[in-house]
Amino acid sequence: MALVFPDAFLKRWVAAVQDYAILCGTAIANMFSGPHYWADVFTQMDSIGVGSMPIIVLTGFFTGCVLALQSATALTSFGAVSMTGSLVALSMVKELGPVLTGLMVSGRNAAGMASEIGSMKVTEQLDAMRALGTDPMRKLVTPRLIATVFMLFFLTIIADAFGIAGGALMSVTILGLNASTYLHDSYRGLVHGDIIQGLTKPLFSGFIIATVGCFCGMKTTGGTQGVGRATTQAVVISSVAIIIVDLLVTRAMIGIFGS
Amino acid sequence: MPEAISNPGAATVDPADDKTPVVEFQDVSITFDVKPVLKDISFCVDRGQTLMILGPAGCGKSVLLKLANGLLGPDSGSIRIFGKDITKMRESDLYKLRAHIGMVFQESALFDSLNVEDNVAYRLHEEGVPNEESHARVVEALKFVELSQAIQKYPSELSGGMRRRVSIARAIISGPDLILYDSPTGGLDPITSTTIIELVMKQRDVSHTTSLLVTHRLQDAFVLATHRYDAEKGMTPIPKDGPEHGIDPGTKFLMMNEGSVVFHGSTEELVHSKDPWIKDYLA
Repeated sequence: MALVFPDAFLKRWVAAVQDYAILCGTAIANMFSGPHYWADVFTQMDSIGVGSMPIIVLTGFFTGCVLALQSATALTSFGAVSMTGSLVALSMVKELGPVLTGLMVSGRNAAGMASEIGSMKVTEQLDAMRALGTDPMRKLVTPRLIATVFMLFFLTIIADAFGIAGGALMSVTILGLNASTYLHDSYRGLVHGDIIQGLTKPLFSGFIIATVGCFCGMKTTGGTQGVGRATTQAVVISSVAIIIVDLLVTRAMIGIFGS
Repeated sequence: MPEAISNPGAATVDPADDKTPVVEFQDVSITFDVKPVLKDISFCVDRGQTLMILGPAGCGKSVLLKLANGLLGPDSGSIRIFGKDITKMRESDLYKLRAHIGMVFQESALFDSLNVEDNVAYRLHEEGVPNEESHARVVEALKFVELSQAIQKYPSELSGGMRRRVSIARAIISGPDLILYDSPTGGLDPITSTTIIELVMKQRDVSHTTSLLVTHRLQDAFVLATHRYDAEKGMTPIPKDGPEHGIDPGTKFLMMNEGSVVFHGSTEELVHSKDPWIKDYLA
């Protein structure tokens, strides 16, 4: 393996950050000027939103189930097992729903975007697109950005709902709680700030998934091996970025809402 | 063979009169990382001319075509297309200019998620041409490349030669004023290569479109320089006892080696060149 000098590595890293910032800026700016590719936006919404439904439903549901069982074990020692509903709802809505949805969609769609655009890059389809008078940023990146941000918001709501439902199933069938009490407790445990916090996170996650996926695809070099590398990078970078941004948003929301 | 396709949207590139070169490179250089790929390239192509760009693999031929279409920007020098300096143009203006340029890519670069009709009509769809009109023009373009039967097929269902022909149809559908062919016969068998060269010749002789053709196959270059397309007989040799002495006067050669131009001139000048490298390359 060739030895890379620190200054060369640093320059490459700074250049990549600069290129990523330009991609993000251009993708956002394209939303406010034509031409718009609405058909591509709806196609991507179908692929990202509807296509991700099964994994989001399953992830949300089983996370809610596990959360109910685990928290009940701890709550029993305090005689507060009836608080399970509140704990599951708070955890799902504020943290687990948004983060797990982001990570699952990142694994599915950031990889998909990177491999699709990367394949187009290495087979000169992006150059052909430009040669035919179409801006790939408008045609490929901006529709994916709009679709991911929009659909991740709703996917998070679905994950939250199925998580609470999974918790309810465990609480009723295994822990012996009353379904009405569980749901009432879940509802009572949430305040507006929690919901705003939980639904702000997917906006950031969606932005990260789409821009990182497209950026890795656009920067693909080196044939099919390069496409594989870009796909892996897209998933790793977007997953880590989602968790880091989750921390920052959580801290900011605590600052705003106080809890 | 069917007639050449009409030229509905073209010939409105205002600044280019007949005397202005369609393509003009002046001291163009480009470096990738630390490796210089093109060094002080200068040449021009007049309206209606065909410039054959020859040279060994890796000498910068394809990069030169991408520069001519504004897909890459040079490090230094200027490139004028239809009299306009594209090195100073914004990307949005380049998209408008590219409406007058057709490009055939080395590996065809067809959109694999679209069928042949949508690939060929891509530019028309982008321009908002009504479906009926675009379908008629696709049929006409596919007839030109003799591939009407493949209109509903996907690129993965086509052979290499068929893909190359679809790529040519896509490049000529809007009736461009300049066509850039990047190794149109690369990787094809000799019979298919001849078919592709005949299509290039037909476009040259019927529509008189200015073109740049990159190739490393000498036989393709010399067939284009010594033959002419005839509507009835197809590809026919130019008579040696005629006024043109068997050579098409509008076909010029540009030879490159290691990123530099080693020859630019007519077919006769090329075959009579005393440069040892050229003689060796042509041998």
